[in-house]
Amino acid sequence: MPDVQALVNDFVLKLKRRKIEGSHASARHTAELLRSVISHQRMPYMNQAGALIDAVKAVGEQLIAANHVELAVGNIVRRVLHIIREEDLSSTATGIEGLGISAGSDDDDEGQREDRPALSAAALAAAARSTLRAPSLQTLLEDIPDSAAAPQPPSSGGDSEGKSKSADKNLRSRKLKHDVIEAINELIQDIDTCHEQISEQAVEHIHQNEVILTLGRSRTVKEFLCAAKEKNRSFRVFVAEGAPRYQGHVLAKELVGKGIQTTVITDSAVFAMISRVNMVIVGSHAIMANGGVIAPVGINMVALAAQRHAVPFVVVAGSHKLCPLYPHNPEVLLNDLKNPSDLMDFGEFSDCMDFGSHGGSPLLHVVNPAFDYVPPKLVSLFITDTGGHNPSYMYRLIADYYSADDLVVKRSYLLSVLLMTGTLGIRINLKKLRTAEENFANSIGCWCNKPVEAPSSKTLAFIVQI
Amino acid sequence: MAQKKGHRSSSSDDPEELARVPLQAVLLADSFATKFRPITLERPKVLLPLVNAPMIDYTLAWLESVGVEEAFVFCCAHSQQVKDYLNKSQWMKQPGTFTVQPIESHDSISAGDALRVIYNLGVIHGDFVLVSGDTVSNMSLKVALQEHKERRKKDPLAVMTMVIKHSKPSSLTHQTRLGNDEILMAIDPDTKELLYYEDKTDQSQRFITLDKMLLASTPTLHLHNDKQVVILIPTFVNIIFAALSSLLIYKGVLSCPMSHECWISDCSRHNLFYTFLELYDLELPLYKFPILMGKRLIPVVLFFEILKDCYIDICSPEVLSLFTDNFDYQHLRRHFVKGLLVDDLMGYKIFTHEIHSSYAARIDNFRSYDTISKDIIQRWTYPMVPDVQYFGNCSQMKLDRLGIYKAPDVDQSRTAQIRAFSFIGNGTTIGDHSVISYSVIGQSCSIGCNVSIQGSYIWDNVIIEDNCKLSHALVCDGVYLRAGVVLEPGVILSFKVDISGVGYIWSTTEGGHEEEWRHSIAPIPAEKLMEFSLSAHTDLGLSNQDVNSLPASGELQLDSESTGFDDGEDYKDSADFEKEIEVLLKFEEMCSETTKEFAPLFSAILNHLYEKDILSEDAILSWAEERGGADESDKIFLKQSEPFLKWLREASEDEDD
Repeated sequence: MPDVQALVNDFVLKLKRRKIEGSHASARHTAELLRSVISHQRMPYMNQAGALIDAVKAVGEQLIAANHVELAVGNIVRRVLHIIREEDLSSTATGIEGLGISAGSDDDDEGQREDRPALSAAALAAAARSTLRAPSLQTLLEDIPDSAAAPQPPSSGGDSEGKSKSADKNLRSRKLKHDVIEAINELIQDIDTCHEQISEQAVEHIHQNEVILTLGRSRTVKEFLCAAKEKNRSFRVFVAEGAPRYQGHVLAKELVGKGIQTTVITDSAVFAMISRVNMVIVGSHAIMANGGVIAPVGINMVALAAQRHAVPFVVVAGSHKLCPLYPHNPEVLLNDLKNPSDLMDFGEFSDCMDFGSHGGSPLLHVVNPAFDYVPPKLVSLFITDTGGHNPSYMYRLIADYYSADDLVVKRSYLLSVLLMTGTLGIRINLKKLRTAEENFANSIGCWCNKPVEAPSSKTLAFIVQI
Repeated sequence: MAQKKGHRSSSSDDPEELARVPLQAVLLADSFATKFRPITLERPKVLLPLVNAPMIDYTLAWLESVGVEEAFVFCCAHSQQVKDYLNKSQWMKQPGTFTVQPIESHDSISAGDALRVIYNLGVIHGDFVLVSGDTVSNMSLKVALQEHKERRKKDPLAVMTMVIKHSKPSSLTHQTRLGNDEILMAIDPDTKELLYYEDKTDQSQRFITLDKMLLASTPTLHLHNDKQVVILIPTFVNIIFAALSSLLIYKGVLSCPMSHECWISDCSRHNLFYTFLELYDLELPLYKFPILMGKRLIPVVLFFEILKDCYIDICSPEVLSLFTDNFDYQHLRRHFVKGLLVDDLMGYKIFTHEIHSSYAARIDNFRSYDTISKDIIQRWTYPMVPDVQYFGNCSQMKLDRLGIYKAPDVDQSRTAQIRAFSFIGNGTTIGDHSVISYSVIGQSCSIGCNVSIQGSYIWDNVIIEDNCKLSHALVCDGVYLRAGVVLEPGVILSFKVDISGVGYIWSTTEGGHEEEWRHSIAPIPAEKLMEFSLSAHTDLGLSNQDVNSLPASGELQLDSESTGFDDGEDYKDSADFEKEIEVLLKFEEMCSETTKEFAPLFSAILNHLYEKDILSEDAILSWAEERGGADESDKIFLKQSEPFLKWLREASEDEDD
């Protein structure tokens, strides 16, 4: 356990110091870290999914707080939570069935016996998935009563039935963990292969002799274009250089290396060139739940130019960039201001920033925002690893990947605690409640933009009543 | 991280690097100065908060980011506090390769002593980075280290690499941003070797003297001042050069104040210079030089660079032993650097590395505290900015529009205004109708109603009651300002001061030390600015008198004997006269002995020097008289310039008529 904590601290520090940047890298690292958190998590006797969720949330909260701008971290945390819930649901189904079997063996009711196995566990899980019902807290808690109803310290249960049950539990616990880790491995693989998945679709979108415009450099865009080239499509690419980091220059070099006819233009020349362009393809930093895009600075301008000239504006992004939050959400920090020395040399302008001679206030401000927000109406198509989607379809994709309870990692934690205290009457230790109060205060503070004192037990009781 | 990893792996590929020593750093957590008194009486300077973290965190974070693996924190004053802080901080328990180790000493009084202590401990095994604990930087040392190592391989005497940065002073005040001492450096443009270093702490010394040998031995030379560029010397013209340079130096031109603007707008008043350039590439005779000499003409390049010393050094282990050998070295720059440059016997060399886009600065007075705080808020030190949480332990900050950093639990009244470039720490409450602009306010402060805070630094747990007015003040932890207190610009309130009742506190700048305004946290007072603009005005208007009025900050003034050498009367005092003759003799000697190529042009040059008022008529005539009595062999040049002399005599006779 301590080594996991060290890993978490290390990763948090790296995120804080911006040593891990970029959604792909941070998504991958997050998934790997959460995998090791889960594999080291000691499983309690009951409510195993709850324990896993708590552990992941505790880590996830730290990770999200470490770098609010890197939305991919939060996305992966939520994906993992969703995975746990889903696996739990399927294993609950198995468990119910198992219980059914053991129960059935007791009371020799033939009809029931025939009935239950017909509904196989896999089918049940599949059914649960296919309905796409987000496994809510309610379903999560459903399995608690049965385990709580049978409080069985292994020593007390002398009879064979108790033994078989506990063995069954052990198996289940190992299975749940195993399944979750398996699913996370799949997730990591998805993140790794998202570029290939996306670029497989390149031929469907890029046609012969087309002119493509892109801005800055995105690995996904690069691979997308290269994949089309490999399929012997001949097309031309305009690369807007993407000031102030000029990543477009790098992209141009890479494209030329692959034998693609490339033209580099300044960002400000985009409007002049857009009439000759057949399609705009850009990468993104994150895709929000409403279909809006957070993308490197300058892309909104390209999108507006594309709309003006009715050029399709295509955003390519791996599904780890899909964020279940809305851009107006207070948790979402839309922008990151980078170092102004990317724009200009400090030495050259240091005389304009002499604070001594202008009454202490600097007259020159240099601002270097990292991102733009492109509203969904400007986006024609999203290409993710699952295929092309309309911006209005994003909410549906998000419902596939995330469960609604996880959207605000902190808040739902509190609610689950409250529900547990309120509805089930399980005694939780006071310390937990204390943190819950603080979290609650924080999350409310976020909403009202004003700090609220941690609610007293009265308010807590009030909330519980609700 | 990826970058660093890449660096590591590439270095481990190198067989020589396999047996490498970890990069070490010495951090001096004591500035051995009293600029921050009275605050430093209670708390060491490195632990003073800079925006949201103690200064030492910035330095340690930077050291960690450049790949230093072992940092020795040398603490002297308040060493227990520093050690306690380090023990509590994340630096000591951080996993990974970066280790911090405090070294304690109680009897060190200077940086020299500190380095001697470290030498005696024998902990430094290879090249190390020497910084003081108040350095804020985000530069990458990779290139500088590489350069240092390569130089060391070629020349074991290259013991140190200094980091310098390009910086411009305000055009109006000619004042460095950080309010620190101005530095004059001479750097060889090709090898980047530092040839001359002078920090002008001695205000009375108005001009500098350069070693003639230094100038003669290096073909091209750029002199950088952190205020003005002084001179640069073209290559091949040793002859003119030696003659002129002595003249230049004695004329005080080398120390002549010449800012960027005035140099371009009006060269003629620095006519020596101008002459020199003209001689060099405009006027006919010298035009032929390259052809005559068969040498390549190297064009004069003017550099208007203004450099500042970042006080970041990469040193070889020899530096420590040098300090031990020379037990009188105290100050890093004043003694050590100058000592090495002067000392020819050992031949140690110091090189420089110029950084461009990255940031590096050192806090050594209140003005630089103010300036660097504002630079941090304006994000020039990215990623060491408040909302990035670079130091790990700081509370989370939210960056709003216009550079307003606010902790999530600030209790701000609806009618209170927070204006651009402000920082409000955790748990602070702000009352109705209070206005805060470009200020830093720490944690758990309580600010009443109708308070106006402008350009001030308020640390933690400060209570400010209603109707207070603070401008450009520094208020330390636990200060209690009762209702109606007014703090004038430049006030420093140390820990736990309690100011009761309605009172005024006048600025410490008033009646204080003359130079105080340069170091104060307050902006330059309006009168001072008026003074500057006036002097700048006269500067443009009366360009022939500007020599006196230009040196605004009292720096780099001409030597009194050469003030206004445009002015005919002052100019011909006897000392000048003799020196002119000396120059002429020297010039002649060089023409006849060392560089004979110039011989045919002697009279042309003489003519030119006369026209440009470098040599006075009297000097030339008396030289002619003197030469007239000499033997034939010495008369070559006299004869050559006979027509000129004749014309000169006739002209003067005409004037007399």
